[in-house]
Amino acid sequence: MIAILDYGSGNLRSAERAFATTGQEVVLTSDPAIALEADGLVVPGVGAFSSCMNGINEVNGASIVQERLNKERPVLGICIGMQIMFSQGTENSQGEPFKGIGIWNGVVDRLNAPILPHMGWNTVEAHPNTVLLKGIEEESFYFVHSYAAKSSVGKKQSWSFYGEKFLAVVEDGYVCSTQFHPEKSGTAGLKLIRNWVDSL
Amino acid sequence: MTLSVRIIPCLDVTDGRVVKGVNFTNLVDAGDPVEMASLYDIEGADELTFLDISASSSGRETTLDIVRKTAEQVFIPLTVGGGIRSVSDVDKLLRAGADKVSINTSAIARPDLIAEIADRFGSQVLVLSVDARRARTESGFEVTTHGGRESSGIDALSWVEKACELGAGEILLNSMDADGTRAGYDIGMINAVRSVAKVPLIASGGAGALSDFAAALDAGADALLAASVFHFGTHRIGDVKAYLSKHNYSVRNVVAT
Repeated sequence: MIAILDYGSGNLRSAERAFATTGQEVVLTSDPAIALEADGLVVPGVGAFSSCMNGINEVNGASIVQERLNKERPVLGICIGMQIMFSQGTENSQGEPFKGIGIWNGVVDRLNAPILPHMGWNTVEAHPNTVLLKGIEEESFYFVHSYAAKSSVGKKQSWSFYGEKFLAVVEDGYVCSTQFHPEKSGTAGLKLIRNWVDSL
Repeated sequence: MTLSVRIIPCLDVTDGRVVKGVNFTNLVDAGDPVEMASLYDIEGADELTFLDISASSSGRETTLDIVRKTAEQVFIPLTVGGGIRSVSDVDKLLRAGADKVSINTSAIARPDLIAEIADRFGSQVLVLSVDARRARTESGFEVTTHGGRESSGIDALSWVEKACELGAGEILLNSMDADGTRAGYDIGMINAVRSVAKVPLIASGGAGALSDFAAALDAGADALLAASVFHFGTHRIGDVKAYLSKHNYSVRNVVAT
């Protein structure tokens, strides 16, 4: 069973249907017991870093993620759900950055590009041993974000470029994340979801 | 790694059916929206836009249902516009499965709506749709309402600048002079809006020949929206992408047709 963490963030219907194409049972939940026990937990996210963290804190999301990783249970962060895995985010902060869940030590910062958000289909430079991007290394994925992590974290990194190089996918043992939206990336995105589900 | 140009078919929807007419009159029925959305996805559309032109509230309920059905089977971004007046209208559409909403008249009437939607859901959900035409305003372009029939008296460029400040995440620029003519996008207008917009710009209105799409990109558009040329089969999405690819624009999923 796949649990999608429901903390009031955006369009979860597409995510639910996209993960259901794998044949797995998919539940939208904010119940910690279900989120902890699921075979895989998806942490979605749209909007701003700080508002997502507020939502996460309301459902005790940080401890759910931490506890799952302690128990070696897979977690997949998507878009802002990826960004909040980092220790800090500067979006909308006046001075001190906002705190993230902090699985990875690093800062999510504004992309240096003349037109933001980075919105649309872009390709990635896939890590040679990628599991998530296996078979879709040359495909395009749908991005919509103005902030990104720009320094390497985790075991395997796949990069993309918009104004500057940034992390598109991180695969780090039981925690993985994508800056793009696989649930909005057509057949390539569904293949990535299938790759993740097959790895559980 | 280059961001691709987006090709976006727009489906004008009323009471559960797709319609599109020349200069917004003489609407001609062109099909079932869910079926057409699915077909465009297969053909390589990069996003889809539904514009709800229903006059009645029952028509709007039907649109929510269409959005639900589409989001269940089409896994590319979906924007819905038409008749959105409040944060709660946006909430309903996002819950039904829309990824973005576009607002137009209601933002002109009450610009703070832009900030309210952006604050609640993030700028990335908000497309400001601007129906503009050539006129004797400061920039030479003015904003119209009621499908281009009435002048708002607002200068198009200052409106775009203000909307970006308030939190619009994207601009959909529709030329009311060119709309439905298939005589080409209004290149001067795209150029002018590009110079003030710091967010992605979607050009709309006037697409006819394949070279029109390239000209709009050269003028600064990030994405291209079209309706009639696709609905009536003048061009397939694959034809547009193959043409652009051949002329060295970055496009996704070029499939030979």
